[in-house]
Amino acid sequence: MTIQAPEPLLTPVYQYPESLTHVPTHYCPGCTHGIAHRLIAEVIDEMGVRQDTIGVASVGCSVFSYRYFATDFAQAAHGRAPAMATGVKRANPDKLVFTYQGDGDLASIGAAEILHAAVRGENITVFFVNNAIYGMTGGQMAPTTLEGQKTTSSPAGRDAATTGAPLRMSELLAQVDGAAYVVRRSLHDVVQIRRAKKAIRRALEVQRQGLGFAMVELLSSCPTNWGLAPDAALAFIRDEMVPVFPLGDLKVPDEPAAGAPA
Amino acid sequence: MSVELLKGNVAFAEAAVRAGCEAYFGYPITPQTEALEHMAKRMPELGRVFVQAESEVAAINMVYGAAAAGMRTMTSSSSPGVSLMMEGLSYMAGSEVPAVLVDVMRGGPGLGNIAPAQSDYLQMVKGGGHGDYKMIVLAPATVQEMIDLTLLAFDLADRYRIVSVLLADGSMGQMMEGAELPPMKPLAERPAWALTGARDRDTNLVSSIHLDPEEEETFNLHLQAKYAEIEANEVRFEEHLLDDARVAVVAFGTAARVAKTAIAGLRAEGVAAGLLRPITLWPYPEAALRDLAARVDALLVVEMNAGQMVEDVRRIVEGRVPVRFYGRTGGVMPMPEEIADAIRETASAGAASGAPADTAAGGSDAPAQEVPA
Ligand SMILES: Cc1ncc(C[n+]2csc(CCOP(=O)(O)OP(=O)(O)O)c2C)c(N)n1
Repeated sequence: MTIQAPEPLLTPVYQYPESLTHVPTHYCPGCTHGIAHRLIAEVIDEMGVRQDTIGVASVGCSVFSYRYFATDFAQAAHGRAPAMATGVKRANPDKLVFTYQGDGDLASIGAAEILHAAVRGENITVFFVNNAIYGMTGGQMAPTTLEGQKTTSSPAGRDAATTGAPLRMSELLAQVDGAAYVVRRSLHDVVQIRRAKKAIRRALEVQRQGLGFAMVELLSSCPTNWGLAPDAALAFIRDEMVPVFPLGDLKVPDEPAAGAPA
Repeated sequence: MSVELLKGNVAFAEAAVRAGCEAYFGYPITPQTEALEHMAKRMPELGRVFVQAESEVAAINMVYGAAAAGMRTMTSSSSPGVSLMMEGLSYMAGSEVPAVLVDVMRGGPGLGNIAPAQSDYLQMVKGGGHGDYKMIVLAPATVQEMIDLTLLAFDLADRYRIVSVLLADGSMGQMMEGAELPPMKPLAERPAWALTGARDRDTNLVSSIHLDPEEEETFNLHLQAKYAEIEANEVRFEEHLLDDARVAVVAFGTAARVAKTAIAGLRAEGVAAGLLRPITLWPYPEAALRDLAARVDALLVVEMNAGQMVEDVRRIVEGRVPVRFYGRTGGVMPMPEEIADAIRETASAGAASGAPADTAAGGSDAPAQEVPA
């Protein structure tokens, strides 16, 4: 008896992105790094640029992101991804180059590199995953940690009098002339995730059009180091982080990017 | 090609252009800045990449990126700036990307001054950054060598996927002398491992991570094997008046030049002095030095630092002959008469000792050793 392969009953509408490898991620349950990866991969697929994209991984929980994206990748030193991406992009001006950085990486040790990549109008796209904490090293205070937030290095809660208030990098970078596109999105619910995906698309289109520096900040969860269950962590983003890091477009190019999705 | 009057900093920068360097990243610092300024004009003229980085930290990481993309790329700086590059250099060693770094050394530590010094020897030759790694270190002593060794630096970097360092001092960067530039080389193809977008091939990764210690050790053994190959094949040095020498100076770069003047004077007085000038500081001319130690009565190491290379010389000589040291620090250049005096003292100490022994001016820290024949 021969077995006939069944005809597909329906056209698939949700598939595994070609731009992701089939390697299981190391992320904790409830962490939104995985969502961010998936959105970026979907956009790369939709733009048909997997073979023309080069990622630069940073140091933090996403240090192994190169394992998960099916594109060429470099792994940079802590905070230096925008500088390394500058070299990669200048050597490959016709390719799409993105960095993927956490908030400790981008806003603390790499503050100079990100600022000056924007100042130069470096034609790269930055995905900035802000989880208000140093995830990989076990939950220390970051420049983005909320006032009063308890971390392993601010056990009594962040005290603005001695450690400053949360640093809003998107607002800072939007001031810079070389920045073409700077927006903040969140990954705490489905509506926000869909908005985030559109911004990711736009940020890569801005690069494709050579308009300058583009950054999408993504408010993200860290259930493990926040000491919260995954659902409570998403609520923490919505209720605690969004008021401090308001969502929205901080800087967009004057003309809508041609070919950008509606 | 013809001989032109060239400043060292301009000479190495233009040599890099002709070697096919496609991307230069740098940050201004004296006494090296003329190189950056030359590149600021030349590279865009040729449609190549020039970026003035916000810091040396950024500059070396830009080099790392361009190198990962498979371009011939370089940066240049001076001592304080090079200190800031150690992190990037270690990462580049850990991911085996080729690049060229020029360090036009100045007086230190700290901000120090802008006068010529050789006090980054240990930093460059022994690694400087974290981890077990090496860089090829080339020490020019003329403006012509600033050119020739820059070409060699790029070729060796590509051949071994390693960082090559041109270790010059402030006077090498600032001096002008006649030198000949090479013709323009064609630009190289990008190597197969480079990040260029995974078009019709598997994806490439440039990374220095090996989380599993066994895997990291395997990688380290691979690096060590590569370094052994470089030590076997790439040693370069100059021997000057060594055939009949009873006393020999070991010196590199500007210190070697001054020593030559001192030796010429002593030869006229009948002192049989000569010079071994390492051109590669790593790999070090160990066999040549060991051979020399078997022939002379004593060695004098002259450096523009407090005694850095002398540590290697003593390690290699293993007490066979007395090794003395003469150095000036902080940006002070040794004068020929000072070196001549030190050679005379070394010669008489060597003649008096007869048998292998150790003496060292300015602190004897290498105990006499029993050396197997
Ligand atoms: C020079 C250097 N300093 C410190 C570290 C240790 N380190 C690794 S990840 C990290 C913090 C990462 O936090 P973040 O960027 O917020 O990313 P997350 O892990 O939260 O995703 C630190 C401090 C390092 N790798 N290199």
